[in-house]
Amino acid sequence: MIAPRVHRDLARAISAVENGILDLPAALERLSASGNAAQTRTTGDAAVIAGEVAATRTNGAASAHAGPIRHADVLGITGPPGAGKSTLVDRLIEGFRAEGESVAVIAVDPSSPFTRGAVLGDRVRMQRHAGDPGVFIRSMASREAGGGLAPATRDAVRLAEAAGFDLIIVETVGVGQVELEVVGVADLIVVVTVPALGDSVQTIKAGLTEIADVFVVNMADRPGANATAVDLRHMVREGKRDIPVLQTIAQDGTGVSELLEALAARRGVESNAVRAVRFEVVRQARDRAAAAANAVLSSSDGADVLERLRTHAITRNDAIDALLAILGGPVHAH
Amino acid sequence: MPIKVLVAKPGLDGHDRGAKIVARALRDAGMEVVYTGLHQTPEMIVNAAIQEDVDVVGVSILSGAHMTIFPRIMDLFKEREVDDIVVVGGGVIQEDDVPKLKAIGVREVFNAEASTQELIDGIERIHRDYGREKTRREAAAAG
Repeated sequence: MIAPRVHRDLARAISAVENGILDLPAALERLSASGNAAQTRTTGDAAVIAGEVAATRTNGAASAHAGPIRHADVLGITGPPGAGKSTLVDRLIEGFRAEGESVAVIAVDPSSPFTRGAVLGDRVRMQRHAGDPGVFIRSMASREAGGGLAPATRDAVRLAEAAGFDLIIVETVGVGQVELEVVGVADLIVVVTVPALGDSVQTIKAGLTEIADVFVVNMADRPGANATAVDLRHMVREGKRDIPVLQTIAQDGTGVSELLEALAARRGVESNAVRAVRFEVVRQARDRAAAAANAVLSSSDGADVLERLRTHAITRNDAIDALLAILGGPVHAH
Repeated sequence: MPIKVLVAKPGLDGHDRGAKIVARALRDAGMEVVYTGLHQTPEMIVNAAIQEDVDVVGVSILSGAHMTIFPRIMDLFKEREVDDIVVVGGGVIQEDDVPKLKAIGVREVFNAEASTQELIDGIERIHRDYGREKTRREAAAAG
């Protein structure tokens, strides 16, 4: 059970990171350094928010430096638009609640690249859980992010974890083939598809099909469901990992208990968590390397390299070698 | 940052075409609109508004139950110690009731004939006048 007050504070903290008002890693570091969330109460609203949430994390900790006390499993739900992700999440919430687990859902819907507006409609399918204190549902607009999540999704997950939820479900926007950012957030990924989205060649393409820990063919009462499942099973058999291919009808709950069993058997698998950490480290390393490269190129040495490249005095490869030489050793972006 | 709005349909109203048109118009005006579907209880609306941490809740009532639903919503926000989410109403609401609703804290009541542009302008104005003080958070960020 999560106190109603925590719902409110968690919601406000998520807004603060979403709107760039709160730098979560810095705030948590500060809290951990002071060892006392209450101390931040005087410093301002955003810090209070983080403090209230992080207090859940640090309460009862022997040491302020103990790091996260508890780790919540993070379940990623991804797949094409209209595949039934939200309806399936609604069913999963029901199943996890029956087991007594508290559940936080972060559901991402697309922002308009034209107006920046968004209609966040995932909640419609889950609204029957709105009165349950063990369930927290937050919609997020994807804003400028393109990988299927919103820029603040990762921080929202950390906050929900800190607030004490046992399980966090991240539902991506309806994705195509290469929006795979959920890999860096979730320990366990369900790829939801529907019958008749294409022939069997689709199943051997790279991208989405490579990140599944569990495949779900939803709307299994529709024509072509078996063929889709068979194609996926063939694909799985040729790979090395044991990935179940399940069929569900989320609308009426058919197949959901099998899905819950499959998830239960795969929670806490360490190699998945390692995958998430690795993906995230590579992603952040790439961001920092790019920032460092930009910083160097803005310096006079960098300008010199660019000028020589522009006048064809050196090749692009020479320029990159020169850049890396200037960067030298470890890359510091800040 | 975009204004975040919850569009809520409480009670027994049987269709939500109007609410969807409103949601889409607000989206096209650059707002982030949370839509929750039909048959919402005041508890569901308030819980959703808090979890979503919206700036504005727009409640559309066509059934005539506004004098029970709005007071309940305002009470629930008070119980949860949330005073920075602005509530506005719309739908079929008798003019006599408008001052009563404003007296309990409903910031604006749009009648059924309001155009989507009037809604957009109204929500932007109310958010500017009554919305959570940006300065408070900006001060927090600076601290």
